[in-house]
Amino acid sequence: MGKLLHRRAWVTPYALLTPGTAWLVVFFVVPMYYLGKMALSQGLFPIFSFGWAWGNFSYSVSEYSTQFIRSLEYAGIATAVALAISYPLAYWIAFRGGRWKNLFLLLVIAPFFVTYLIRTLAWETILSDNGVVVRSLQAVHILGADGRLLATSAAVIAGLTYNFLPFMVLPLYVSLEQIDYRLVEAASDLYASSPVSFLRVTLPLSLPGVFAGVLLTFIPAAGDFINAQLLGTPQQYMIGNVIQSEFLSLRDYPTAAALSFILMGAILVLVLIFARVLGTDRLTAGTAA
Amino acid sequence: MSEGMSRKVFLGRAAAGGALLAAPGLFRTAAASAATLPKTITFSNWPLYIDVKKKTHPSIDQFAAKYHVHVNYIEDINDNDSFFGKIEGPLSQGQSVGRDLIVMTDSSGLPQRMIQLGWLEKWDKAAMPHFKDLVAAQRHPLWDPHRDYSLPWQSGMTGIGYDPKKVGYELDSIDKLFTDPKLKGKVTLLTEMADTMGLVMLSNGDDPSHVTQKSWDAAKAKIQKAVKSGQIRQFTGNDYAPLLANGSIYACFAWSGDMVQLQADHPGLKWLAPKTGAMIWTDNMLIPKGGNVYGASVLADWFYIPKIAAEVEDYVNYICPVQGAGKVLEKSDPAVAKNPLIFPSASLLAKTHQFDGNALNNQKYKQDFQHLIGA
Repeated sequence: MGKLLHRRAWVTPYALLTPGTAWLVVFFVVPMYYLGKMALSQGLFPIFSFGWAWGNFSYSVSEYSTQFIRSLEYAGIATAVALAISYPLAYWIAFRGGRWKNLFLLLVIAPFFVTYLIRTLAWETILSDNGVVVRSLQAVHILGADGRLLATSAAVIAGLTYNFLPFMVLPLYVSLEQIDYRLVEAASDLYASSPVSFLRVTLPLSLPGVFAGVLLTFIPAAGDFINAQLLGTPQQYMIGNVIQSEFLSLRDYPTAAALSFILMGAILVLVLIFARVLGTDRLTAGTAA
Repeated sequence: MSEGMSRKVFLGRAAAGGALLAAPGLFRTAAASAATLPKTITFSNWPLYIDVKKKTHPSIDQFAAKYHVHVNYIEDINDNDSFFGKIEGPLSQGQSVGRDLIVMTDSSGLPQRMIQLGWLEKWDKAAMPHFKDLVAAQRHPLWDPHRDYSLPWQSGMTGIGYDPKKVGYELDSIDKLFTDPKLKGKVTLLTEMADTMGLVMLSNGDDPSHVTQKSWDAAKAKIQKAVKSGQIRQFTGNDYAPLLANGSIYACFAWSGDMVQLQADHPGLKWLAPKTGAMIWTDNMLIPKGGNVYGASVLADWFYIPKIAAEVEDYVNYICPVQGAGKVLEKSDPAVAKNPLIFPSASLLAKTHQFDGNALNNQKYKQDFQHLIGA
C-alpha cells in the first residue's frame, strides 16, 4: 500500500505536467514541424513539395535584410523608450501608489480593453497632418511647416511603444512591488545616498522585471506589422509586413516560413545575449528574493 | 405545409426526406444536387455590402420568410487575399469551408484561380430564372465566359478621389497626381495590383487588359520614381478614406462606392475617372466546393429579382449588375437612380478598363508589385 502511494507520488508531477505538455505539443511542436517542412519546400501555390530547399533561407536573408534590420531596430528603440517610460511609472505605483495601486494599474491597462487595430487607427487621427500634435510641433518649429508625423519612422516606433507598454509596466511593477523596502532603508542607514541605494539595491532587485518586460515588448514588436502598415510608408515596412505579403498576396509559403524561422532565430540569439549580459544567476537570485 | 412554401420546395423536401431514410450516408452529396433547399444557407460577404434596416437585412429576411430557410449572413470578408488564405487550407484538402456562397473580386485574380483549381461549384442555372437579368456587359468575362461559376454582386470603378479645396483644380490627370509639388507627400495609391498598375498603365497610354513586359516596366518605373521622390506617401486598402477625410492626404486612388459613402459626411470630396481612363472590377458571388449548390443558386437568383436588387442598391453605393433595378429605383429613390457612380452613363463606362487576368496570376508581376509597395 505504502509502495503504491509512493509510486503514485512519483507519477503526480508528470500527471500535472500532462495538460501543459499536450498543449505545447499540439500548438507548438506540431505547427513548428509543419512550418519547418514548409520552409524547406519548393514549388508554386498550391503544390509545394519538400526537398531540403535551404535556398529559401539564403534568398530570404539576401532579399529582405533591410526589413530584418529595420524590425530589430524599431523594436529595440520602442523597447528602450517603453522601459524609460515604464520604470518610473511602475516605481511610483509600487512605492507611492498606496491604496490606489490597483486603480493606477487598471488605468495603465484600461486603453487595452479596446482592440489593437482600433487603438492603432486612433493614432492615425492623433498624428494626422491637421491634428493637434502636428500643429503644436509646427508652432514650436520642431516640425517644419510641411512636416508630418504620420507615415514616418517616428510614428511607427511611437505606435509600437504605445501598443506594448503594458507588457513592460506590469512585470516591472510586480518585481518592484516585491522588493522588501527595509532593504532600501538599510542601505540609507549604511550611508548610501538615494542614487546609490537605487543603483545597488532597487535596480538589481528589479532586474527580473526588466528582463521579462523587455522580452514581452521586444519579441512581439519585432514581428509586428500593423503599426508599420497603418502608421508607416513602404520605407517603414517591417519583416512582419513582408511575411504577411509573402503569405497572403504572393502565396509563397516556403519563403514566408523561412522568414518566420529566421525571425525566430534572430530573436532567440538576441534574447540569449541579453540574458547573458544581465546575468542569469542574478535573475534567478532576484526571483528567489 | 405552410402557405408560402412552393410546390417545388415541398416536393424537394419530401424527396430529401426519402433519400435520408433510404441512404443516410449519401444525404449530403445526393441532396446537394437534387432540388432541395437546405435548412440553412451560409453567405459570406464584405461588410456594409447589403441593405440594412434597424440591424436587419430586409432582402435576406424576405428570402428567409418566402423559402422557410435560415440564411446565415456573415460579413467576414475584408480583403480578398486574407479571405482566400483562410479558406484555401480546407479547400486544398477537399474539405468544406462551411459556406454556401462567398463574394470575391475578379481583379484579385482569385475567382479565376479557384476555377482552375476546381475549387468552385457550377450554378444550378435551372433554378435561376433571373439569370437573364444580368446586364449585357457582364455576361461573358474572359475568365468565366458563360458565367458557369460566378455571378456579379456589385461592380466598382477605381479612379481619383480628392479634396478640391486642397488641390484647387479639377484633378483628372494621373501625371499631375504624380508630379505636382503641391501634392508632395499627400498622395496614396492602392495595395491592389490591378487598380494601381491599371490606372498608371492607362496614364502611360498602355492597355491594362493586355499587359506586356514593356508596359509593366514603364508603369513600375513611374511609380518607383514617385515613391522615391516622396510624392507618394503610402499604399492603402480602404483606409485612405479617413486620411482623405481628415486632410492628411489631398488625393488618392479611390474606389467609387467608398467615395459615395464618404461624400455623405464630407460633401466636398470628389471622385472622378482620370481623363486617361478608369479601372472597373466586379465582386462575384461564388459557390466554394462543398457548398449547397441548389440553395446557393436560389439565393443568388433572389438578388437578381429587380425589386430586390433595387432594395440592396438603395443602400449599397456600387454599380448594380441587374437590369431593371434602375427602373425600380427611379420611382423609389430617384437620387440613387441618377447617381452616375451607381448607374454610370454609357460614356463613363466606355472610359473603364479591366485588368489582364493572366497578369493577375503571374507570380513575377505579383512579386514585383509587392516589392514596389514596400514588402
